[in-house]
Amino acid sequence: MRPTAVKSNRSLCLGHHHCWERVLGLLTRLGGASPLMHQPPPASCSSSSSSSSSSSCECARVGVRVSALAPAAAPCPAPRQLPYPRLPEPPSRGTSTLIPARLGPWCSPTGSPAPLSCETGCGEGSWILVCRLLVPTQVSLLSMEEDIDTRKINNSFLRDHSYATEADIISTVEFNHTGELLATGDKGGRVVIFQREQESKNQVHRRGEYNVYSTFQSHEPEFDYLKSLEIEEKINKIRWLPQQNAAYFLLSTNDKTVKLWKVSERDKRPEGYNLKDEEGRLRDPATITTLRVPVLRPMDLMVEATPRRVFANAHTYHINSISVNSDYETYMSADDLRINLWNFEITNQSFNIVDIKPANMEELTEVITAAEFHPHHCNTFVYSSSKGTIRLCDMRASALCDRHTKFFEEPEDPSNRSFFSEIISSISDVKFSHSGRYIMTRDYLTVKVWDLNMENRPIETYQVHDYLRSKLCSLYENDCIFDKFECVWNGSDSVIMTGSYNNFFRMFDRNTKRDVTLEASRENSKPRAILKPRKVCVGGKRRKDEISVDSLDFSKKILHTAWHPSENIIAVAATNNLYIFQDKVN
Amino acid sequence: MFARGLKRKCVGHEEDVEGALAGLKTVSSYSLQRQSLLDMSLVKLQLCHMLVEPNLCRSVLIANTVRQIQEEMTQDGTWRAVAPQAAGRAPLDRLVSTEILCRAAWEQEGACPAPGLGDGHTQGPVSDLCPVTSAQAPRHPQSSVWEMDGPRENRGSFHKSLDQIFETLETKNPSCMEELFSDVDSPYYDLDTVLTGMMGGARPGPCEGLEGLAPATPGPSASCKSDLGELDHVVEILVET
Repeated sequence: MRPTAVKSNRSLCLGHHHCWERVLGLLTRLGGASPLMHQPPPASCSSSSSSSSSSSCECARVGVRVSALAPAAAPCPAPRQLPYPRLPEPPSRGTSTLIPARLGPWCSPTGSPAPLSCETGCGEGSWILVCRLLVPTQVSLLSMEEDIDTRKINNSFLRDHSYATEADIISTVEFNHTGELLATGDKGGRVVIFQREQESKNQVHRRGEYNVYSTFQSHEPEFDYLKSLEIEEKINKIRWLPQQNAAYFLLSTNDKTVKLWKVSERDKRPEGYNLKDEEGRLRDPATITTLRVPVLRPMDLMVEATPRRVFANAHTYHINSISVNSDYETYMSADDLRINLWNFEITNQSFNIVDIKPANMEELTEVITAAEFHPHHCNTFVYSSSKGTIRLCDMRASALCDRHTKFFEEPEDPSNRSFFSEIISSISDVKFSHSGRYIMTRDYLTVKVWDLNMENRPIETYQVHDYLRSKLCSLYENDCIFDKFECVWNGSDSVIMTGSYNNFFRMFDRNTKRDVTLEASRENSKPRAILKPRKVCVGGKRRKDEISVDSLDFSKKILHTAWHPSENIIAVAATNNLYIFQDKVN
Repeated sequence: MFARGLKRKCVGHEEDVEGALAGLKTVSSYSLQRQSLLDMSLVKLQLCHMLVEPNLCRSVLIANTVRQIQEEMTQDGTWRAVAPQAAGRAPLDRLVSTEILCRAAWEQEGACPAPGLGDGHTQGPVSDLCPVTSAQAPRHPQSSVWEMDGPRENRGSFHKSLDQIFETLETKNPSCMEELFSDVDSPYYDLDTVLTGMMGGARPGPCEGLEGLAPATPGPSASCKSDLGELDHVVEILVET
C-alpha cells in the first residue's frame, strides 16, 4: 500500500471570515497517555494522484506525483499593480465542524471550547498553538521498533527540560511538498521528521498535529586533520525531494557534506522460511525436505532512514544553502564563495557554476550568503551576497555563471548611512515565491520583495524590527548583528513571515499591508488562548502588554520558520522547541 | 584676562581635562566612537581566529567595517602610522589589507603567506593596530597570531599573545580594552569614559548605538565575559595540542 500525497483543499487566503477556535495549552509532545503508534498510511485518497498541473519547465521531467498547488502554480500574467489574483473559495467541508478542545495526545482538554471570536486586530487571522514539540534527545539511540520503550524514555526525559542540551538546538525546519511531513535538523547532526496526524471521521480535532515519524543521525562531527579544525555536525539545511514513489527523500547538509536520505516504511515482513531454525541457525540441508515460500505478513510499522548518497569533498568553505532543481535530477549546494551543481546519481563529481573567490584573497570583500533555484525554470537560479545584492543567473548562458543575467540592488539611503550599513544590508536568506515571479530577501532589519523584472529596487519593503536601528552598536558588540534570519512565503504568496528576537516572529500580508507580531513561548501561550499579537514599544510611554526594546531577550531568536505549502500551518523553531501553529476555519 | 601672546588652551582640551563626561566636542566624540568601534572590530577579528572554524561571512563583514573606518580616518588625516620598527620603512599610506586582518580564516586552502609581507608596508599599521601581537612577535607579525595552522614556534608566540589577552580580559575591568591596546599611540580614552561621556554626537549614525551601552561598566565586561567563553574553548584546544 503506497502512502499517497494528501491533497489539500484549504483556502490559502487569510481573511476575517475565519473564526478561530480557542485551543488549549501545550504539553510536551509525549506528555499524554495515548500510545505513540505510527499511523498507517492513509487509504489512498481518490483524488490525490493528480500530477502536477502546470509546469513550465522546459526540461523533460521525470514523472512526479506532486500534489497540485493550483493557486501557486498558476502563472501570474497580471501586471504588478493589480492585487494578487484572488484564490477561489475552497470547496466547503460541509458545515464546518468546530474543532473541539481536545487536540490529541499532547494536549489535555480542560473544558468546553470558548465561544468563537473573529480576530479584529492585524489582518492575519488568529493563530492558535497546535503543539509544541521538543526534539527528543534520546530517541535516536533507539530503534523505532521499540515504541513502548521509546515512549517511556521520552516521557521521563522531556518532562524535565533540563535535559535539553545545546545539541538539541534546531537549526533548520522544512515542510515537504505536500505538507504531510515536517523535517527539523539540529546542532547535534540529527534529523527528526514529523508526520501529520491523519484525519479520521471520529477524530476531526486531531487535524494539524504532527507526530514523530522518524529520527536519525544524519551527520557526525568530523575532524579535518590537515587544517586541525573541527567540522561541525550541525545541519544547516534540509530540502525535500518531491515524492516519486512510496519512499520519501530528503537532502541534508552540514558545513561540508550533503547527504541524500531515503525514509521508507516497512509494514510487512516475510515469514515462513524453513531454512533456519528458531534460533536463526542454518539447518542442516540434509534435514530439509521441502522448500516453503515465505509469506508476507503485516508487522508493526517501522520507519527506516538510509543514506543513499553522500556528496562530499566539494566545498572548501561552509555550505550555507542547498536547492533542488525543478527537473528533480540536479541540485545545487552553495558555500561562501562557490556554488556547485550536482546530479543526484553522481557523487564523485560536481560542476562548479559560480565562483567568486578572488585570485588574491586580499581582495575578498563579498561572500555568497544564500542561493536557490527557480521553482519552474530549471536553468535559472539566484544567489545573494553579503553586500545586499542578488544575482540571477541563467545556466544556459555559460557553464560558469560568474556573469549574472540580472543584478538586483537597492541604492543606499544616504540618510541612514553608518558604519553598520553594510553589515545590516547583508542578505541572510533569499526565497523565490511559489509563482516564480518574485524573490524575497531578508537582511538584518527588513524583508524585501523583488519583482524579477525590476532590478533597481524592491517592490515592497517590510520593517521587521526597525527599533533595533539605534542599537546596532551593541548588537555588533554581542554579535547579534550577524544573526541570519530566514524568511518564508505562504502557499499563495500573499503572506510572508520571518523571525525576530525575544521569540517573536512577524507576518506581513502583502495584500492588505497589515502585519502582526506573535510570540512563540511557553509562558505566553495560555491554555485555550489565541495567540495574542505582541507589540514592542519604542519610546515614551509603555502601554500595558507592550514590551520595551531594552527588555527584549536577544538570546531568544527565531531564525528558522516554515509554512505549510498549502495550508495555514506554520512551524516555528525557538531554540530546542518546535512550535506548530495553525489557523482555524469556522 | 589673558596676557597678550598667551594662548588659551583649546576648549576641547580643557573639557577633556575636566573629565569627559559632558560637553565633549562633537568632532572628538565622533572620533572616539569611531576609534572604539575600530578597536572592538579588531578584537573581534583576533578572537575569531581563535575559534575553531571562523565564520567567513562574519570575518569579511568585520574586515570591511575596519577598512571603512580606516578609509575615513585616512581622509580625516587622523590615521597615524606608527614609527616603523626598523629604519627605512616607508610610512604607511596603504590600508591594511584584508589578508592581514583575516589570514587564518581565508588561508585554509593552504596557500602560503606571501613572503612579501615581510616588507615594510604592512608592519606599520600592524603594530599600530595590533600592539598585542607586535609586542609579542615584532619580527613575524604576519605569522604569529593569525595562522591557526602555523608551525610550532608560531604557536608559541601565539600562545604568548593569547596569554596577554587572557590577562587583560580577565581583569573584568572596563578599561580592559585600554590595556589591550596600550601601545597605541593615538589618543585613546578609557572606554568607560567614552561610553558615559557620549551624549549623542552631532553626527548621528556611526556608533550612535554606543549610547545603548550607557550602563558602561557592564558593557565591556559583558563582552569580555562572552569572549572568555571563547577563550576557554581555545585554551582547551591549545592545551591538547
